[in-house]
Amino acid sequence: MQHFFYNCMGEVLSIKTIAAGAITETVARLCMEANFFLGQDITDAFNKTLGEETSLTGKEILKQLIQNAQIAAENKVPMCQDTGVAVIFLELGQDLQIAGGGLYDAVNEGVRKGYAEGYLRKSVVDHPLLRKNTGDNTPAVIHTKIVPGENLKITVAPKGGGSENMSAIKMLKPSEGIEGVKKFVLETVKAAGPNPCPPIVVGVGIGGTFEKCALLAKEALLRKLGGPSPIPDIAELEKELMNAVNKLGIGPQGLGGRTTALAVHVEIYPCHIASLPVAVNINCHSTRHKEAVL
Amino acid sequence: MPQIKLSTPLADENVENLRIGQKVLLNGILYTARDAAHKKMMELLDRGEPLPFDLRGNVIYYVGPSPTKPGMVIGSAGPTTAGRMDAYTPRLLSLGLKGMIGKGKRTPEVIKAIKQNKSVYFTAVGGAAALISQSIKKCRVLAYPELGPEAIHELYVEDFPVIVVNDSLGGDLYDEGIKIYSTI
Repeated sequence: MQHFFYNCMGEVLSIKTIAAGAITETVARLCMEANFFLGQDITDAFNKTLGEETSLTGKEILKQLIQNAQIAAENKVPMCQDTGVAVIFLELGQDLQIAGGGLYDAVNEGVRKGYAEGYLRKSVVDHPLLRKNTGDNTPAVIHTKIVPGENLKITVAPKGGGSENMSAIKMLKPSEGIEGVKKFVLETVKAAGPNPCPPIVVGVGIGGTFEKCALLAKEALLRKLGGPSPIPDIAELEKELMNAVNKLGIGPQGLGGRTTALAVHVEIYPCHIASLPVAVNINCHSTRHKEAVL
Repeated sequence: MPQIKLSTPLADENVENLRIGQKVLLNGILYTARDAAHKKMMELLDRGEPLPFDLRGNVIYYVGPSPTKPGMVIGSAGPTTAGRMDAYTPRLLSLGLKGMIGKGKRTPEVIKAIKQNKSVYFTAVGGAAALISQSIKKCRVLAYPELGPEAIHELYVEDFPVIVVNDSLGGDLYDEGIKIYSTI
């Protein structure tokens, strides 16, 4: 909806307004779609690696994953029983107004609705030590960016425990440089072994501060699979890491094979003269995420 | 590779003949249990009380299914990471538990206990939960309904597909598989 106002100069201003209810509906829909429908980029990667994988067991697993995605889409049931914590990225246009409720309340209401209506598993506990299930998969983990414009982009990325638990962050010394980064990524993937449901997608953050680096690694998982970094030396690093990871031999489900990762994505950010943070966020073969723009 | 069909409860000689990498189709009853149910079972054992099901010859499936859609037997039901149950496993194996289904590596203590007790650890394909659910024909909550997806369910399965990861000789498919394909 478009509202018109006059400013102090007598000029007409137009402010776009969206209803909180529309945000709720969109989040609910995206929670279900992300869990039911495998991304086309992932399906393409499964088919490509099926041709390259030399392990017979590995091939069979890839075929089962393709078949699983078909069954889930057809029956509108989740691909995996672990329908994850709802990690939600918002890009909020600074000229947009939200009417009829708080933004985060609207998002959490959407998670509540999507996880109930989609028969998705509720996997969130209220207190990390006392561990009582909240019963509706809220609260979501929400990351917001304020951007120019008047749109709201919503990305829902349900994240399962198996792969999240194998992720790691380390504050390297700047002198360790690119070799230190490569070593840490490989160590993390190797230690993860079969647990994060390979073939995995590896999100790597380099730079920033401790928390910024972790967020970069998470954001790297949202990129279209295999789309290289626009920064030439980082695109080269992605290629090298991808080769090195697939030489580990972990393979589909960790039972041995050539296909350990479907992609390695690296995001970078400037950092302190004394720091070289590196974060590795591992995602499973399905790397679920769906987005919409309001 | 030909697939082996086995029925639960598993017979000792059938388990002892299994070798890592073999593909098995399981038929019969499986019991589900993950973190919270294991903790409760340990409390029962500590108090000297009986468990909700007889462990002897039986198989535990580490899974927390998604909610069941109307008209379906069960929600999506793929394996969860087995390592979180490692602390409890040797005790259950010593009491007669014969098999486990999950995903991911077990500790050396568990692998040793699997060998000592002539049992087996299988993996099902993690994340193939919608496909796996199709081999589950009946499902009922047996104990701890208050745990929701973590309750102990009794599943009746037909041709439930698994792969032998740790056998009664102490073998580990995760180690052996990587050795074959690693080129570093």
